[in-house]
Amino acid sequence: MLCVCIVELGVDVHKFYPRMNVIYILWLRQLKRYTRSKARMIGSLGQPLLFLLALGFGFGPIYEQAGGGDYFQFIAPGIISMGILFTAVFSGIEMIWDRQFGFLKETLVAAVSRTQIMFGRTLGGATVAFIQGLAVLVLAVLFGFRPQSLALLPVAFAAMFLTALLFTAFGTAIASRMEDMQAFPLIMNFVMMPLFFLSGSLFPLQGLPAVMTDIAAINPLSYGVDALRATLVNGSYFGLGIDFLVLSIMTACMIVLGSRLFSKIQL
Amino acid sequence: MSSIIDVKNLTRRFGEFTAVDNLSFSVEKGEIFAFLGPNGAGKTTTIKMLTTLLKPTSGEIRLDGHDPIHEQNEVRKSFGIIFQDPSLDDELTAYENMEFHGVLYGVEKTVRRARIEEFLKVVELWDRKNDLVKHFSGGMKRRLEIARGLLHHPKILFLDEPTIGLDPQTRNHIWSYVQALNKKEGITVFLTTHYMEEADRMADRVAVIDHGKLIAIGTSAEFKEKTKTSTLEDAFIALTGNTIRAEEVNAQDAMRMHRRAWGGRS
Repeated sequence: MLCVCIVELGVDVHKFYPRMNVIYILWLRQLKRYTRSKARMIGSLGQPLLFLLALGFGFGPIYEQAGGGDYFQFIAPGIISMGILFTAVFSGIEMIWDRQFGFLKETLVAAVSRTQIMFGRTLGGATVAFIQGLAVLVLAVLFGFRPQSLALLPVAFAAMFLTALLFTAFGTAIASRMEDMQAFPLIMNFVMMPLFFLSGSLFPLQGLPAVMTDIAAINPLSYGVDALRATLVNGSYFGLGIDFLVLSIMTACMIVLGSRLFSKIQL
Repeated sequence: MSSIIDVKNLTRRFGEFTAVDNLSFSVEKGEIFAFLGPNGAGKTTTIKMLTTLLKPTSGEIRLDGHDPIHEQNEVRKSFGIIFQDPSLDDELTAYENMEFHGVLYGVEKTVRRARIEEFLKVVELWDRKNDLVKHFSGGMKRRLEIARGLLHHPKILFLDEPTIGLDPQTRNHIWSYVQALNKKEGITVFLTTHYMEEADRMADRVAVIDHGKLIAIGTSAEFKEKTKTSTLEDAFIALTGNTIRAEEVNAQDAMRMHRRAWGGRS
């Protein structure tokens, strides 16, 4: 339903002008590929759901005894971020399939700047990751998660979309330097997993050894998680202003880096 | 007549292997130019360099007055290409693939819609326009790819073995369309093919390359005269010899595999 709305909304943009058109069609393509692959939509909810339920309910009593409050409330924003992180990076890396199935050539010879192409598909991938994050949020609510205020939801959505954009651009940057999927497990285990586990998505950053908080402080995902926690359950570590500042700067840098690497692709 | 493609001392190496070796030629505006050579001769590598997909190791290229290395966007505006290997999005329908291409090339909406219908009918895929491409047979994909390549009328049209795997009816259809496009719109056509009779019938001039080097250029008639043969196919074999080029292909493939394995930093 939501996708339909977005697609409908897009039709107006369509009339805008050629540059918008190109970004729009690339965005639309990502969305169509996503909505057509029901298995992928449902499959990628499995992992966040498992983390949410197993950890959320499993560690709940201990966390409460230790005086931390409701662990399920605490972990939900972290798992939403996780859903976004994985879908976003994967959407970016998906470009490798385009390279292998030849479709990338079709876009690379078009008389459109590569920055636009990169931006269009990144926007599309980010939208997909954002929808995935929303789906995790809805699941969390079904299992008892309660956002503190509805008024802050739009701010939470903004943080989710920025996180999605940041990591899709990151995935695209990686994919620009890869020719096949062979290095994917490497990225999964040495980049995505550490990003997720060392972001404070599963545990509070307060009172941790300095090494852990330092690592969290240089991990961009931490700020996404923190912004969500600030808006959804009121418990910020860095402060919402810092979160948005860091997220915006990182996203901008990653888009610039991604387009530069993307522009250099040779086939 | 003035030339629209100018290539001077073009060379491309992949590590130790020289795929294109000091190649020079030019193509006249409005001409149908056939670029022939055995497998692994360097045809596709040359086309990739002409179409901004690959940077030359050395040499100069001018496409419609622009340089594909430094003026990529200007060059990309001047040509259209039908690739040798597939370049469709399998997860989209035939119509969506066409639409995507049209938007990407800035073909105005009413023209785009009209041409999509026209071309999908030419390649007899109009009935299947809403089917996902992944359900298409190889031949259908090929036809769709050709229809898509013709959608925006470029100044130069590159056709890299466009008719491979097609039946004679479809081949005829497509070539007469390309010929008409060439006559009517003055589009320059740069084609490669292994069907010598196609090159003979279509091309104003023919170039033959082998091992990355240009070995002959001229009209089909000149070729036959020079080699004292009666068909272009015989002339081609007289020029390039009888050896089957399996080894060279493997060497190049191995080279490419090697590049891929090391992340394409060349």
